[in-house]
Amino acid sequence: MPITFPNKPGLVIYLTAGDPDLGTTRDMAIAAIDNGADVIELGVPFSDPLADGPVIQRASERAVAKGTRLTDVLVICKEIRAARPQAGIILFSYLNPVVRLGMAAFATAAKDAGADGVLLTDMIVEEAAEYLEAMRTNDLAPVFLAAPTSPDERLKAIAENSRGFVYAISRVGITGTQAELASDAEQLVKRLKQFTKLPIALGFGISTPAHVQTVAGFADAAVIGSAIVGLVEKTAAAEAPRAVGDFVRSLRKGTTGA
Amino acid sequence: MSSTAIPTITSAAPVSATPGRFGIYGGRYVPETLMAALLELDHAYELAQADAAFHAELDGLLKDYVGRPTPLYFAKRLTETLGGAKIYLKREDLLHTGAHKINNALGQALLARRMGKQRIIAETGAGQHGVATATVCALFGLECVVYMGEEDMRRQELNVFRMRLLGAEVRGVASGSATLKDAINEAMRDWVTNVRTTFYILGSALGSHPYPTMVRDFHRVISKESKRQILEHEGRLPDAIVACVGGGSNAIGAFYEYIPEPNVALIGVEAGGRGTALGEHAARFQKNGGGIPGVLQGTYSYVLQDDAGQVATTHSVSAGLDYASVGPEHAMLHDSGRATYTSATDAEALNAVSVLSRTEGIIPALESAHAVAEALKLAPKMGKDKILMVNVSGRGDKDIGIMTREMNLSGAAAQKVSA
Ligand SMILES: Cc1ncc(COP(=O)(O)O)c(C=O)c1O
Repeated sequence: MPITFPNKPGLVIYLTAGDPDLGTTRDMAIAAIDNGADVIELGVPFSDPLADGPVIQRASERAVAKGTRLTDVLVICKEIRAARPQAGIILFSYLNPVVRLGMAAFATAAKDAGADGVLLTDMIVEEAAEYLEAMRTNDLAPVFLAAPTSPDERLKAIAENSRGFVYAISRVGITGTQAELASDAEQLVKRLKQFTKLPIALGFGISTPAHVQTVAGFADAAVIGSAIVGLVEKTAAAEAPRAVGDFVRSLRKGTTGA
Repeated sequence: MSSTAIPTITSAAPVSATPGRFGIYGGRYVPETLMAALLELDHAYELAQADAAFHAELDGLLKDYVGRPTPLYFAKRLTETLGGAKIYLKREDLLHTGAHKINNALGQALLARRMGKQRIIAETGAGQHGVATATVCALFGLECVVYMGEEDMRRQELNVFRMRLLGAEVRGVASGSATLKDAINEAMRDWVTNVRTTFYILGSALGSHPYPTMVRDFHRVISKESKRQILEHEGRLPDAIVACVGGGSNAIGAFYEYIPEPNVALIGVEAGGRGTALGEHAARFQKNGGGIPGVLQGTYSYVLQDDAGQVATTHSVSAGLDYASVGPEHAMLHDSGRATYTSATDAEALNAVSVLSRTEGIIPALESAHAVAEALKLAPKMGKDKILMVNVSGRGDKDIGIMTREMNLSGAAAQKVSA
């Protein structure tokens, strides 16, 4: 199913799967969709999340400690797909759990689970031949990251190899919330737009309704990660789906199409 | 593990299309934010390699500041004690700062200076790479931040003091098992955040291209020297070379010039720790030990992991070998059979410390003691006409605390020397 952003800006909500537990992750995803999320990024927890800040590190550590596996994440992906056929779902992972399963086997299983696309944190375009082939074969969208440090020729390759959307990293750094959006962000989105008509989702450090409104001024979608994961961390499991739903609604409020 | 269970991520990728490959291993698996910096580093390194002035400066400092060449020493008493092959020790322990690590730290610091980077970061396990990096930063007036697992800070406390004395900031890392892997994660997070101003001096033949190649090149001097030296001593090449393998930098440096010499056996020694179960050792190449090709910290190589692809915790008495992955060039040498990889347990390494100390008056680092332990097993099985070379990658001063605790040194006479 093609990934679309009917709302402006679109909302992409990241969840670390298995934190606090898989069932709650599923219910939080559904609550996020019901309150205005266009795309869910289901994060596969990994023992060594080197691109992540402390909030997602801690969530990942908790989920790994609970024994959450990539194959478990695929199971809730399928459940979310069944419950909400219209939403976009992206599997978000570090490479090693995927390599362990096998790239082709992973892609087939992801398709079967109803995922629309995949984002691999430590996969760059130059190394992606086998990955791209597996995505193509299974009609899955590979989403690549674009960074403020990427020169134009890299942005071009990133844009040309991505499907669904391109994920623009708002600042030089790891995941985590921040008070203000970096000035890098708008420049990067502009540079990317030279090379693609795909929607550009901006992520890293977006945590408030005001941020989302700012993003609406220059990008197609905002990705909310650490703010959601941090909220989940301090909320009891039973309350978490409602809390996530409320938060997503507050992000959606004030944007067009709400 | 059947061979079909080994996933390769390169089957559809033309291997030659991406740089930094060692067979199917190596490559560049990093967050996009780092790519510009890695490409810049790759380019700067290429230019430096082709620049005679760079080599002249590096060689001059290696000689006058670091203390190269290191001796190749015939260990007569040890040879007689074991009653087999003639044992030669390559004395990297005699280098300034006490280990081979400074060969690479110096080379990378010179490169950083050429690139105009004023801020240096590094990770360290045993503290030797951290000390070497802090040292060269003091030498060149560069800002230095070293990430070190809190467990390693505790067990290698002396090196923490040394780094601080040299003006470096040591940042403790509490995540994971608070050892080398966690320190690398944190150093990479720093690099991703400060990539525009910061040079990451990686301490082993690990990480994404160009690090494994660059680090190997800076340590290649070990085998260049030893080859010349053994020819002077013996008029022929050794029959076997033994080196310990953490990330693999001293071993690849000690092996490299001999790779084209088919009659020289290359033997890497991993940390066997205190058992064969996952989590009890750091023997990535051990059969059924949990080491399977995967991606960790930027490169495709053997990784100790569970069947879901979560990286395993490791154990070794030696902080420098206590790591879940291994340099990609070793993965290639392992698969091709050109090098073989064995392991020594904590107990065997500690025993080797005793033996070498008492027979030769040389206290090796716990890392290097793993290589010595293999020599203790191997030499007696080899004929007296054979030559065995051991790379003593570092000296044991940093480990005196651990040795004191683990070896019951109070009653020295009771400590028997057994080979
Ligand atoms: C003395 C010594 N030898 C060996 C090692 C292991 O590293 P490598 O395998 O890169 O040589 C270390 C690492 O800290 C060390 O300090």
